[in-house]
Amino acid sequence: MRFELTPRTNISPVMRAVAPVVAFITAFLIAGFVIWLMGRSPIAAFDVYVLQPLSDPWSLQELVVKATPLALIAIGLSYCFRANLWNIGAEGQYTMGAIFGSWLALNTHGTDAGLWVLPLMLLLSILGGALYGLIPAFLKTRFGVNEILTSLMLVYVAQQILDYLARGPWRDPKGFNFPQSVTFDPAATLPSILEESRVHYGAIFALVAILVTAVILGRTLFGYRLKLTGDAPRAAQFAGFSARSTTLAVFAISGGLAGLAGIVEVSGQIGQIQPSISNNYGFTAITVAFLGRLNPVGILIASLVVALTFIGGENAQILLKLPLDLTQAFQGILLMCVLAADAMVSYRIRFATRGGGK
Amino acid sequence: MKADVPPSGPPLVELKGISKRYGDLLANDGIDLSIEPGEIHALLGENGAGKSTLVKILYGVIEPSAGEIRWEGRPVTIGSPVEARALGLGMVFQHFSLFDELSVAENIAVALSNEWSLSTVRSKLGEISRTYGLALDADRAVWTLSAGERQRIEIVRCLLQNPRLLILDEPTSVLTPQEAEHLFTTLDRLSAEGCSILYISHKLEEVRRLCRRATILRAGRVVATIDPRASSAREIAALMVGNEVGEVRTDAPHQVKGEILRVSKLSMPPDGLHGQALRDIDLVVRSGEVVGIAGVAGNGQSELFAALSGERLADRADAIVIAGKPSGTLGIDARRRLSAAFVPEERLGHAAAPSHRLSENTLISHAAIEVSRSGFILMNAARRVARSIVQSFDVRTPEGDPQARKLSGGNLQKFVIGREIIRKPNLIIVDQPTWGVDAGAARLIRQALVDLSREGSAVLVVSQDLDELFEVADRMAVIHQGILSPLKPIGEWTKEAVGLEMLGVAQAQGGTRAV
Amino acid sequence: MTTFEAILLTIVTASTPLLIAALGELVTERSGVLNLGVEGMMAMGAACSFAAAVTFDSTVLGVAAGMLAGALMAALFALLVLGFAANQTGSGLALTILGLGLSGLVGAPFVGARRDPVPPVDIPGLSDIPVIGRLFFEQDLFVYASITLTILVALYLVRTRSGLTLRSIGENHTSANALGLPVWRVRFWAILFGGACAGLAGAYLALVYTRFWSPGMTAGRGWIALALVVFAAWRPGWVLVGAYIFGAATVLQLHAQAAQFGVPSQLLSAVPYLATILALLLLSIRHGRAIGAPGSLGVPFVPDR
Repeated sequence: MRFELTPRTNISPVMRAVAPVVAFITAFLIAGFVIWLMGRSPIAAFDVYVLQPLSDPWSLQELVVKATPLALIAIGLSYCFRANLWNIGAEGQYTMGAIFGSWLALNTHGTDAGLWVLPLMLLLSILGGALYGLIPAFLKTRFGVNEILTSLMLVYVAQQILDYLARGPWRDPKGFNFPQSVTFDPAATLPSILEESRVHYGAIFALVAILVTAVILGRTLFGYRLKLTGDAPRAAQFAGFSARSTTLAVFAISGGLAGLAGIVEVSGQIGQIQPSISNNYGFTAITVAFLGRLNPVGILIASLVVALTFIGGENAQILLKLPLDLTQAFQGILLMCVLAADAMVSYRIRFATRGGGK
Repeated sequence: MKADVPPSGPPLVELKGISKRYGDLLANDGIDLSIEPGEIHALLGENGAGKSTLVKILYGVIEPSAGEIRWEGRPVTIGSPVEARALGLGMVFQHFSLFDELSVAENIAVALSNEWSLSTVRSKLGEISRTYGLALDADRAVWTLSAGERQRIEIVRCLLQNPRLLILDEPTSVLTPQEAEHLFTTLDRLSAEGCSILYISHKLEEVRRLCRRATILRAGRVVATIDPRASSAREIAALMVGNEVGEVRTDAPHQVKGEILRVSKLSMPPDGLHGQALRDIDLVVRSGEVVGIAGVAGNGQSELFAALSGERLADRADAIVIAGKPSGTLGIDARRRLSAAFVPEERLGHAAAPSHRLSENTLISHAAIEVSRSGFILMNAARRVARSIVQSFDVRTPEGDPQARKLSGGNLQKFVIGREIIRKPNLIIVDQPTWGVDAGAARLIRQALVDLSREGSAVLVVSQDLDELFEVADRMAVIHQGILSPLKPIGEWTKEAVGLEMLGVAQAQGGTRAV
Repeated sequence: MTTFEAILLTIVTASTPLLIAALGELVTERSGVLNLGVEGMMAMGAACSFAAAVTFDSTVLGVAAGMLAGALMAALFALLVLGFAANQTGSGLALTILGLGLSGLVGAPFVGARRDPVPPVDIPGLSDIPVIGRLFFEQDLFVYASITLTILVALYLVRTRSGLTLRSIGENHTSANALGLPVWRVRFWAILFGGACAGLAGAYLALVYTRFWSPGMTAGRGWIALALVVFAAWRPGWVLVGAYIFGAATVLQLHAQAAQFGVPSQLLSAVPYLATILALLLLSIRHGRAIGAPGSLGVPFVPDR
């Protein structure tokens, strides 16, 4: 028995749109099966994972809060992935952005520095993330070093730096030796959009990033440049688009957005520096980017969907005693289903047997 | 027209009603073909007629949708190349089925059955090489070899298995005239020893030289089986193409004026592991003329194209002067702004992005010039440009603005050439303008290039197809191992002289001479 | 045993999982498939082997479970990249995410459990040689197995027909298909072999190296194994050298942390990752791009039929 793949000649837009939905449902069925294997009721799990968060106003706000960094990072990654460049170190760029921004927050702590602090923090975080993202990009363009491995290695390095700062120079001297900094001043805290709401301005940044990206990718030469670089690199070179500057640009953009996500989370959500500031957002955003088919609107939806799995996972941990790792496993399954669904859209697949087969 | 081969026993192989369908396309449509023992049988047809599909079916690489294959009179199913080889079929592929990083011996052993160890391959290789005059060094890595030597590996690989039927797919397309003659001698000898040969080609001359029976395919069907020696070239061509293809007219009045492109002492290191370095290239192309560059593939043509187009930059600006401006260090966009245009060899993936629509594909060479403004794409302008290319160059498209990959080779080539010509460039550089293109499209493209030069542009054509160059070029040079021979008027070249240059013999004798 | 000897011994122990995982990935990559999921397969290998070893109180069963888990994960990857011709980079990342998550589920009940050390195998006579005796001839079975595996993989690739077929397929799958070589079948087994090796490496981590299980215990070793294959220019002998260099870097930074040089421990913890980047950089500077990379590496295979 063997596989046969035939490229489809006509790919209908309907199939393209339906594929991620099918992938999502399949992933749910597989996850339900795993939960059943673990001796729990998949139906109860579905209730806790999906229905309860969606029917509770507090959870809905939490959903937006969790989707914000995912959307910011994933929209940045979509630039890289479209150009077929593999930045998988967004988690590190996120961390570095948080460190750069927090530096200002901690250095202005207790002073009467005013309104300029927050915007500058945001800019610093973008700068920090972009610079950190440019390291693998530079190593690739200048020396031809594989960007997948270097960007990933830099995640571990960034986490060590953060750990050092939180336990060392940035530790709150009055904090009973807990590895955490002082709480940010109000001037360094990202405000909520509404009084008494948990949703902060980061959500607006994410929406703006999505809109701007939609325009860039759809209407500008730069957007076409990314698409061409990803689909036909030699043709991109022939068009006069230098692969080097494309690489540097997309890594700077995705690093910058990941860095922004980092400070948004620390300043709008955590309120201080600690050794762990991420919910694995940098890696999860890869799933989000693929689930959203690298399309800005798709990424917006995907970030909400994946944020739901985070909240559902926390609920399930409390209510059903299901381990949090289930969430990550589910995200892995989801990403696999999305990739398989993509392939089913592009190819007609059948199992065939033939006499004297191979 | 039926050829006069006396039937004695069943034919070695007989194809009956072979069809192959790809989606809407019927690549083979009820093909009948028979080959007698010891016969050299030609399979003639132009690009896209279905020859390659048919032989891949015979060799078990692809599966027919319908039809029957009989081997010595009994029906067989050939499920894979392994089974084909077990029956006694050998195949020499057009785009060789070789592995660049492996040695010659490894390349041969990997295609043979398990009882062949590397050491037996080595010893047999020497034997076969001596018998048939096919010299090969067992331990050389394939990427170091010339196209002719690579083809020898393919042939030896087949001969080691004592084939009953040897299939050769366009074997001379990468050979010099001298290498081709050597191949014909080997084939004659194999045929005399009783081995049948199926010889696939679109070149009439060599078919008439080798074969007494030819099956002609057109649009996936057999249109005739003839004796090529008994029919005129014109008749055969008409059968292949369906209607007569006129010749390219080069006699329009024209004046050769000032130089548009001057290349002086252009040298360039090889690009990547297996590239060819360019050495001291000198070249001038003037307004109003077509200059041709001949050579066997892999002798620096693609490197020369990359250097001239600006995809790779020279280290001196004055190595390449376009329209009076030193351009060696300018990128491809800047050169386009000097009214230069370029068409690379690979249509899909280099000249055009396969999954992009034609309108998007116009952006590739027009972006810097007319279909974008302050970074934004003018999609309507791009569509307009695409439409006018499609109309002016008779590009047949399945729909209004299709993806590039949905066009046939000939139509896509007309599009990518048209995309450049429509800009009325002062200089156009084309690498392999009609490679793998049907006769009608080839003629249209050649005529368009000649017409452009007659209107005052400078045209540089790099091609492996000597007939093409003799047809369109006013002056010609030959490239061999990154060195360009002096440019001479086309009338001063003979095919033999070109062949010697292609082999590097003339250079070895110290300079070029007309032979 | 002197401290020096002890350090050398731990270097061998730290290097062995890297070596095993990288050898498996090397075979996968030589067949033309890039599996970025080593970290995930390794994590699953560690969790499943530890779970099985504790449950059945058997190291042998633990190792078998680890290899099986790695191979099953690899089979999933094979289904995606061979069956669906899915993007290899994306599929590998998905495998890593899945493996890290699933390993947490499998391992959770076993947090806190401990295994006894696996006894070293003493080669009589030879192990009495001073210094190198104990280093080379009184190691656990895995160490010997990993060295043997290196030699076998090298011989397999260069000397056997099956190895030649595998290299040809990795070099150019289009040519290989035209000649009728079984591209899919060979790649499937190569992917499975890579998975089993990653699983074995994980088992070694859990059963020999740490002897307990904790979430995320692979700590990027799978990624370092991937880097080693590039560093070794896809040659088994160099994988061995590279693995030992990295093992040494890991162990020496641990000792440096214990010695408290006044350098932040976090800087030392970052050493293996920085060393990986540095190694890749030096290699690229010396040889240019991806020397020795199989020609079809990472390219989905869709035959024309």
